[in-house]
Amino acid sequence: MKIKAGIIGLGKMGLSHAAIVNTHPDVELTGVCDTSSIVMDAFRKFSGAHTYDDYKKLIDTGKPDFVIVASPTKFHFEMVKYALDRGIHTFCEKPFTLTLKEGEELVRLAENNKLVNQVGFHNHFIGTFRELKRVLKANILGELVHFTGEAYGPVVTQEKGATWRSDPQEGGGCLFDYASHVINLVQEIIGQPVRASGSQLKRIYSKNVEDAVYSVLTLENGLTGILSVNWSDETYRKMSTSLMVMGKKGKIICDATELKIYLKEADSKENMDKGWTIKYITDLAIPVDFYLRGEEYSAQIDNFVDCVLKNKQSEINSFAQALSTDKAIDLIIKDSRNNQ
Amino acid sequence: MMDKVLFGDNQFFAVNHLSDEKSREQAIRFKDDASIIRVLDQARETGINTFMCTTHDRIANVCDHMRANPDEYREFQIFPCMPYAHKYANAVTELGIIGTVKQYVPGNILSTFTKGGMAYLSRDFIKLMEILVDAEMKMFKGIKTPVVFIQNVVVDLILGLKFYDFFKEYDKYIRKKYNAEPGYITMNMPALFEALDSVGIENPIISSSINKIGFRMSGGIEIYEKYLNEKRFRPIAMQVLAAGALRPREAVEYLSRFPRIESVLFGASSKAHIQETKELIEKYLN
Repeated sequence: MKIKAGIIGLGKMGLSHAAIVNTHPDVELTGVCDTSSIVMDAFRKFSGAHTYDDYKKLIDTGKPDFVIVASPTKFHFEMVKYALDRGIHTFCEKPFTLTLKEGEELVRLAENNKLVNQVGFHNHFIGTFRELKRVLKANILGELVHFTGEAYGPVVTQEKGATWRSDPQEGGGCLFDYASHVINLVQEIIGQPVRASGSQLKRIYSKNVEDAVYSVLTLENGLTGILSVNWSDETYRKMSTSLMVMGKKGKIICDATELKIYLKEADSKENMDKGWTIKYITDLAIPVDFYLRGEEYSAQIDNFVDCVLKNKQSEINSFAQALSTDKAIDLIIKDSRNNQ
Repeated sequence: MMDKVLFGDNQFFAVNHLSDEKSREQAIRFKDDASIIRVLDQARETGINTFMCTTHDRIANVCDHMRANPDEYREFQIFPCMPYAHKYANAVTELGIIGTVKQYVPGNILSTFTKGGMAYLSRDFIKLMEILVDAEMKMFKGIKTPVVFIQNVVVDLILGLKFYDFFKEYDKYIRKKYNAEPGYITMNMPALFEALDSVGIENPIISSSINKIGFRMSGGIEIYEKYLNEKRFRPIAMQVLAAGALRPREAVEYLSRFPRIESVLFGASSKAHIQETKELIEKYLN
């Protein structure tokens, strides 16, 4: 018996999730929900899934085993809460919620109701970042001294009209959309940020939101590093995310395509020479049965479905982890106000 | 028959699946259209006559150059691959789906939507598809385009959503309007073959990753090999070097195990590399 899935919100991520869920051998996509008539029309015309214009109906009538919430951020709280209240496992897109209070309530609710919960920080399903986490845990760099977390891309490259992504009250802006990925990677791979200083939220082309985020982060282990994110950088063809970690024994630079490791001395346990070792995504990619835009998008859904089938909580990208990311975002916002 | 060797364009547009750093080097090297044309000319000098490329804005400039020098490019043909997806993807992030359609679709197609009810719907979607195809094809006017591809991100999205009728309509339209063969690029070859088969598309041209380490061969290398051996379609092998993880000789040797592979797509920036790879392909592929 296949488990039943519903998808709420059919923007770029929702459509991508729909395609991936639809091809999963253990899942049947039974319902989709969106307010856009053209997208709903396409589903009505070409697909077997039920279409809903109200997410409550999708949940109450369709009775899915799990939902994927990929609506604009400001709706995440009410939609996820509605699903959790009715005992439905929930995958929520990032960023998680608009306020920490909302996030805390959802974490509590999911835990109390023992429901599988996951948030779409897909970078953890890219083989290179996963390998970075593993080798850091194996302590190949010794005591850490510095890190940088960066992401650049060409989302807003000229001045123009407003959408929900350009409304700071609705979870728009580079900090929520782009920087959240980097902060989440730093938090899960290096350490949880507990302090932000010198934070700058810079507008470049947007009128109401920041297009760039710069901050010095202090982690719970005392390590400090730099966050540098800009979504108005057209020298990048697409979003490009990277981490650099420096330790007393060497340095690692990691992005979605390769992991470059420099060691001052050879590491016999890891079988790595002194000097540079390069590991490529071709050797590290997580195999998937269906590919759309990157293995990581399918791999994260595979992980979530697997957890739902086994009724166990995902160790990767739980609501609680996403809430930690929102807390770090909050630190940066508060600190940036002091620097204006 | 398609040419055995198809020259790709990833190197021109900073697409490198192995290294973001190399991407940037490429972006710097191919800043000018003249540098792209120079490499294309070098490819032609080695005897390559098919350029398989995305509908990137800069390809329009290459097309202008070809039209301005018709004698020189008489034998040369292009296999367009549409759309240049990052243009739309970045727009969707900012503007949403409707906003993107409004920005890129000429006229006011959206106003006709949903007014006529279900009976009119399929016609509206087909019309939208046709308008988008025409917009992307505009730059190739007067240039030979015997095969017209849809890019993998669109093919695989439609495949996943199981909107298979779109393939049927695309197939029909490309044949009728452009007198060309429709082609499909995918990261999910076996599943796509079955989808096309289910809507009656026979012997389709399918371009997919084929390499001996199974890189970007979704579902695993075994099922790919089975389909290459047993199913009736016209395979184009791409990502044959697995983003650089394989040496050219071993990569092409692997392809020679599958006699049905009609063409190999590859890109390179230096004449020596182009020459070497082309000779290998011609030697090993019958």
